[in-house]
Amino acid sequence: MTKKVLVLGEVREGTLRNVSFEAIAAAKTIADGGEVIGVLIGDAVESLSAELIQYGADRIVTVEHPHLKQYTSDGFSQAFVAVTEAENPDAIVFGHTALGKDLSPKIASKLQSGLISDVTTIEGNGDDALFVRPIYSGKAFEKVKVKDDGIVFITVRPNNITPLEKDETRSGEVSSLSVDITNLRTVIKEVVRKAADGVDLSEAKVVVSGGRGVKSAEGFEPLQELAKLLGGAVGASRGACDADYCDYSLQIGQTGKVVTPDLYIACGISGAIQHLAGMSNSKIIVAINKDPEANIFKIADYGIVGDLFEVVPLLIEEFKNVVVQS
Amino acid sequence: MNIYVLVKRTFDTEEKIVLDGGIIQEDGAEFIINPYDEYAIEEAIQIRDAQGGEVTVVTIGGEDVEKQLRTALAMGADKAVLINAEEDVEDLDQFSIAYILAEYLKDKKADLILGGNVAIDGGSGQVGPRVAELLGINYVTTITSLEIDGNIAKIVRDVEGDSEVIEATLPLLVTAQQGLNEPRYPSLPGIMKAKKKPLEELELDDLDIDEDDVEAKTETVEIFLPAQKEAGRVLQGELQDQVKELVQLLHSEAKVI
Repeated sequence: MTKKVLVLGEVREGTLRNVSFEAIAAAKTIADGGEVIGVLIGDAVESLSAELIQYGADRIVTVEHPHLKQYTSDGFSQAFVAVTEAENPDAIVFGHTALGKDLSPKIASKLQSGLISDVTTIEGNGDDALFVRPIYSGKAFEKVKVKDDGIVFITVRPNNITPLEKDETRSGEVSSLSVDITNLRTVIKEVVRKAADGVDLSEAKVVVSGGRGVKSAEGFEPLQELAKLLGGAVGASRGACDADYCDYSLQIGQTGKVVTPDLYIACGISGAIQHLAGMSNSKIIVAINKDPEANIFKIADYGIVGDLFEVVPLLIEEFKNVVVQS
Repeated sequence: MNIYVLVKRTFDTEEKIVLDGGIIQEDGAEFIINPYDEYAIEEAIQIRDAQGGEVTVVTIGGEDVEKQLRTALAMGADKAVLINAEEDVEDLDQFSIAYILAEYLKDKKADLILGGNVAIDGGSGQVGPRVAELLGINYVTTITSLEIDGNIAKIVRDVEGDSEVIEATLPLLVTAQQGLNEPRYPSLPGIMKAKKKPLEELELDDLDIDEDDVEAKTETVEIFLPAQKEAGRVLQGELQDQVKELVQLLHSEAKVI
């Protein structure tokens, strides 16, 4: 049976996040020929409708209100639940982002539905869909299904589901739903931006990560340079965070973030099991470590035994050459 | 201040996952308090010490969880509650767990409820916000700082590396992110005292919960281990040449650059 699927288009600094296009691709699989409806929530978001349609949404519902300029769980849940009441969907897809993680359980609770978080793969489609998600931070995986024809509500992990090809000839209806947004219990006083270059660790295609071998906060500078050159983000092992070389928000591992970039470059990281849990599902892993016996080499696709402070600058030069050539 | 902390017993982060007949083997494994819940316990104790009141830790699980509850009591929590659902229901999902916790909490007049932002086993991060929604109270997830002044909570929240500075009023549920504090180790006197602190055990009947009320909405049909990643190539030769080779390989073989 075909399904009607709502996808939340997540907006950050005026643009749609990639994970929303991936969510549309996931929604198409679940819809099995049914309708995929993009939902845009904010104070002025209608202009983003066309792009969501070009990535595969059939039509768009917007909810615009001055109180939705900033995300709050109260405001966004009122808006989204109003859309579910108007559309009566069979399925809902969000990105597994800070916003998605904060909002989806509240909405699932309001809808008295299950919620399958952090999905990395969908097997089958329509009614037979099974959702694959990591457990134990990727040390194992589970396949989960929704019981008894309940609402299929999932969040998809960034970087795992391939978005559809953008088709600029696609068009679809855009409608707006008027919702009264009231009683916001959380007041956001200020947002302090730390992720300076704007590439989010969980969405980055390239992650350059440092461990105890980086030795100091300054030691992270060449890693930052390499990450910037490759359009990636910098991560760290618990050891580096505990030693105060960097902020805990960069920590990758079983406590910390789980990342699955195309390329993971581990610099001066020994490869403790907790760290491996957070990154071993990356597509390609490069290890740079002085110790040839380091555990990280056991899971690395390519390894260089050497001092990261020699290797990383050489890598920067070499990548620059390649970038210039291409 | 009437404070509740939601905790979960999890595998130690050092543990490897071994499957037997499609089920994760627990024999011989070390168990801990979910690390994110430890931050929540520590924060609760600090707030109580500064403002007075009582800290109750609550968990759902079998008898084995007593050890982790005693650890929380040894850290400084005042009371522990174990809701034993194992005999009544086989499979609980996040919907079920949140329902049970909310039924327990609904008449407790909690000022503040804390939990970890995610458990390192299931990794769904749903239970906190679900419980808050069921109780009709506000919540803030992934917090890295919490100051309570009368009825107002001043919070810093981690949002993918950025920090949101937030104000919210009590009653409130918050979930802890790494960096919130440095959880203490239980002291020897703490461990001695913990043995005498109250640990209440409840079953679903005691909470007037029907099995049907907590029937899971989702079902795990299979658990599997990821394909073992084979050790790749450690490059050889002069460092300069190794680096050249690596970039070539990333470009032409791995095709990631």
